[in-house]
Amino acid sequence: MLAYMIRRLLYVIPVAFGVSVICFMLVHIAPGDPLTAVMPIDATAEQQAAMRAEYGFDRPLPVQFGIWLGNALQGDLGSSIATGRPVAAEVRRAVGNTLILAFTASLIGFPLGIFFGFVAGTFKDTLIDRAVTALAITGVSVPNYWLGIVLVAVFSVTLGWLPSTGAGPGGSTAWAWDIEHLRFILLPAITLAVVPMGIVTRTVRALVGDILSQDFVSALEAKGLSGTGVLRHVIRNVTPTTLSVVGLQLGYLLGGSILIETVFNWPGTGFLLSNAIFQRDLPLLQGTILVLALFFVFANLLVDLAQPLVDPRIKRG
Amino acid sequence: MSEATKGNLLDISNLTVRFHGERTVHAINGLDLTLKPGEILTILGESGSGKSVTLKALLKLLPKKRSEISGAMHVDGVDVLALKGQALSAYRGKTVSMIFQEPALALDPVYTIGDQIAEAVMRHEKVSRKEALAVALDMLKRVRIPSAESRLKNYPHEMSGGMRQRAMIALALACKPDLLLADEPTTALDATVQIQVLLLLRELQREFGMGIIFVTHDIGVAVEISDRIAVMYAGNVVEEGTVAEIIKDPRHPYTQGLLAANLHDADRSQTLASIPGSPPPLDEKPDHCSFAPRCAHARDRCYAALPPVHRPGPGRRVACILEDASDPAEKPGAMAEIH
Repeated sequence: MLAYMIRRLLYVIPVAFGVSVICFMLVHIAPGDPLTAVMPIDATAEQQAAMRAEYGFDRPLPVQFGIWLGNALQGDLGSSIATGRPVAAEVRRAVGNTLILAFTASLIGFPLGIFFGFVAGTFKDTLIDRAVTALAITGVSVPNYWLGIVLVAVFSVTLGWLPSTGAGPGGSTAWAWDIEHLRFILLPAITLAVVPMGIVTRTVRALVGDILSQDFVSALEAKGLSGTGVLRHVIRNVTPTTLSVVGLQLGYLLGGSILIETVFNWPGTGFLLSNAIFQRDLPLLQGTILVLALFFVFANLLVDLAQPLVDPRIKRG
Repeated sequence: MSEATKGNLLDISNLTVRFHGERTVHAINGLDLTLKPGEILTILGESGSGKSVTLKALLKLLPKKRSEISGAMHVDGVDVLALKGQALSAYRGKTVSMIFQEPALALDPVYTIGDQIAEAVMRHEKVSRKEALAVALDMLKRVRIPSAESRLKNYPHEMSGGMRQRAMIALALACKPDLLLADEPTTALDATVQIQVLLLLRELQREFGMGIIFVTHDIGVAVEISDRIAVMYAGNVVEEGTVAEIIKDPRHPYTQGLLAANLHDADRSQTLASIPGSPPPLDEKPDHCSFAPRCAHARDRCYAALPPVHRPGPGRRVACILEDASDPAEKPGAMAEIH
């Protein structure tokens, strides 16, 4: 078990390195010069060259990468070209907000997805199953930014029950777990939760249906178990795969909220990212993507480390 | 209960099972079967003859929505078909338990062997987990699993096929059932392991004294384990008798065909005998002898009505018109036995 965990932890190093290379390169492959966005149009060639030198853009890419990675390892992600503020601080604040949103969406999406999945899987091929499956497919298929806009139109504009944008009253960005703030998070969290909920529903439905059709369920009934007794076995059997899917979706919740954060003006990483893209703010873009990608790696690591605890079939030792 | 059923552990009379779905399948058609306490009866037959369905019906494990069951089944005087809810789950595993064909599939992969046996014990005996685990340990020793203490904590995938089947047997016997159903329990095992498991079952039967219904398609296995053999074809018994009677004096052409198809005494140079054709599809309820299309002795009468059931001796029966001549007790009036 320990050997497995250590090995799995060590795998993180090459993966994280690969992630950092891709983060760095992607931004450089993308068209457009980062300086044109911040330099005045009539800037002279000398001014441009000076700016280039200041940000190190005049050096060969591998050198740039080496410097960037070295700094990143020390927690320094450079400074934003647009605002001049340190990227690390910007990202830290945004990540906090994204985590809050993702956490709330998880609380909505995963329990509901698992519950619906169990119901549909248990009553497979009945009317209930069809209704749940139709709902799940709709949830996965509907573009979530569109859903966000519709929810705003209904609950904010027409009904006026909930605020439409922002993370707190009066445009505040400091989060607190109180009713006032929860009112702000409800719509974006629901919007964000819909896709993972649909995917988890469909996965759990398939898993439960599959487990219930296996011989050992008949064998459990044959030894006198019923209802809850059998359910206990089904739960334990679907846990490992469900955990993997939830882990992947957790990564999605952290990184995939760009559009939703933009629609709801939520001051998270997605919001930061879209601003960085529009302003061609290279350091900010690289830093944000890197942190999000590392969160994804970390979520997968957690799932893999938890896996042997719930599935005895995974090789221990 | 009628006079004739007294003293029987199991009584099945006129059992009919039909599956509805895309097409209707008449899986069991008026089956009669009895078993005395402590007796080992083998149901012998090809795939699709209704052997496994009979066992599943006895535990009410057939899919509720798709299956239509009629007739009567009594175990220990309990009306099986009337069982429901709590009474049904108290009956399953305690009065009647079952060994499945493929232990790798019949055991839950994510629970330890000990837990799975203890679970059954706790379900029926109302004992603590600790006591139940002690029973589980004792059972693993009785099915001769070496180093039982450590095996208790093993998961199914950590055991060999033979070991798993032993564990399955330990699980099935943990609550000392009166009747054990064994659904081809040796089919998935290596030949050497097969014989070990058969011998173990025989020994355990003597030790625990339960009745066993053993289902197989392998005559060799049937001879090894059973007191009596019932040969099944197309959802009904075509011939029944003691092992000696069936082997030495097979009366039904189907039984004769099965015996001829067996490898024993076969010569290298001669082609193995086989029964031509294949079992009927059972889309319709049989109204004549189901075996007639494959039978060398078939005549018009075979297609006109169901064959008469002859009972030339106690516990002996043959469902074939060929018996008409050789059976002085049963004149043509025997036809009256078919309803």
